[in-house]
Amino acid sequence: MKTFNYHAPKDVKEASKLASVNSAFLAGGMTSIPSIKLGLASYTDVIDIKHIRKLSGIKVAGKSLIIGSTTKHAEVASSKEVQKAIPSLAKLAGKIGDAQVRNRGTIGGSISNNDPSACYPSACMALNAIIHTNERKIKASDFFKGMFETALKKKEIIEAVEFQIPEKSDYQKHPNPASRYAIVGVYLAKYKDIVNVAVTGAKSCVYIDSDLSKKLSSNFSPSAIAGMKLDSSEMNSDIHASAEYRANLVLTYAKKAVEAC
Amino acid sequence: MQKINLKVNGKSVSKEVPDHTLLSIFLRDHLNLTGTHIGCDTSQCGACVVHVDGKSIKSCSILVADINGSKVTTIEGLAKDGKLHPMQEAFKKKHGLQCGFCTPGMVMSAIDLLQTKKNPNDDEIREWLEGNICRCTGYQNIVEAVKEAASNM
Repeated sequence: MKTFNYHAPKDVKEASKLASVNSAFLAGGMTSIPSIKLGLASYTDVIDIKHIRKLSGIKVAGKSLIIGSTTKHAEVASSKEVQKAIPSLAKLAGKIGDAQVRNRGTIGGSISNNDPSACYPSACMALNAIIHTNERKIKASDFFKGMFETALKKKEIIEAVEFQIPEKSDYQKHPNPASRYAIVGVYLAKYKDIVNVAVTGAKSCVYIDSDLSKKLSSNFSPSAIAGMKLDSSEMNSDIHASAEYRANLVLTYAKKAVEAC
Repeated sequence: MQKINLKVNGKSVSKEVPDHTLLSIFLRDHLNLTGTHIGCDTSQCGACVVHVDGKSIKSCSILVADINGSKVTTIEGLAKDGKLHPMQEAFKKKHGLQCGFCTPGMVMSAIDLLQTKKNPNDDEIREWLEGNICRCTGYQNIVEAVKEAASNM
């Protein structure tokens, strides 16, 4: 494993100051440490933000659920507040990776990595999340830019993720049996006037399926989308699933999610 | 270099190590606690699972600097006064191991499960042990062992 300098700043300002073109912020490290070990990534400085207290925690404020960026998946999964406000989000967190990953991995780490098969980005998109950073507030729809790419700048640190509490919601995932990443994951959130259907795993980046969202917004029932043909031309095709199969999974899981609501 | 102070299996240890030292390397190479195994380099096998402040984690995917000041329990820290931990005893009784390579991680992970859930059913045990791979595929008796331990703990 290549060497680097480890830093454990006590506040966000200090962490941001340490950042450079050759540095990485470390949260749970469940992706970054294995990547460094395999030589897929190398940095001169690793800046551990886990010890900055104010970045961790869960609270409900009005119609929002706010989760600190270094809050671990296991904490989200077992949180009474999350289970009450957005039960599907607790369910999503409880199905990420394995127990040891959930004991370390964080929400901020997951979304700033923006793996095309990660679960949390779909929750952010469906639940109209606002990403709070040390510099600004970013809408989820402006945050996820492409495969492993986000709107974050080099010295920018996610402080919290604010989710809009829906009337109903559900997350359905077809997991890769080895990694538990989503081969396809569908996050559905129903608000008073609109339904959002966010999809992960199917394309190079998380997205809102506007056709499914539109149909379900006008008629919230599985029959509203039955028999729809989804365009698979931009979907991933690999040893696990063909693009056509993924398109079928998106529709199947969207229906299942409606039924579960 | 980082000055590391940990409590490992109840004993205080203090060492100076390079910044990029993984917890698994620290335990094996610096403390000679080789019961923690390294079975892969992709964080998937779970042979390196230990407890940090009571929670199971994969020691191969954590910098020791990151957990400075914590309490660590490894497989070597389970037996007390020459008596096996109930989970180790159950693995022995139910033949929960074949080659034994995955066993330290399985045992550490399973103990954490019973901390969270006292009497897990088969599905819950299998689901929890998702992050531990047995290359002998001896899962059936591992599940039996965890159930046996649950009834004795």
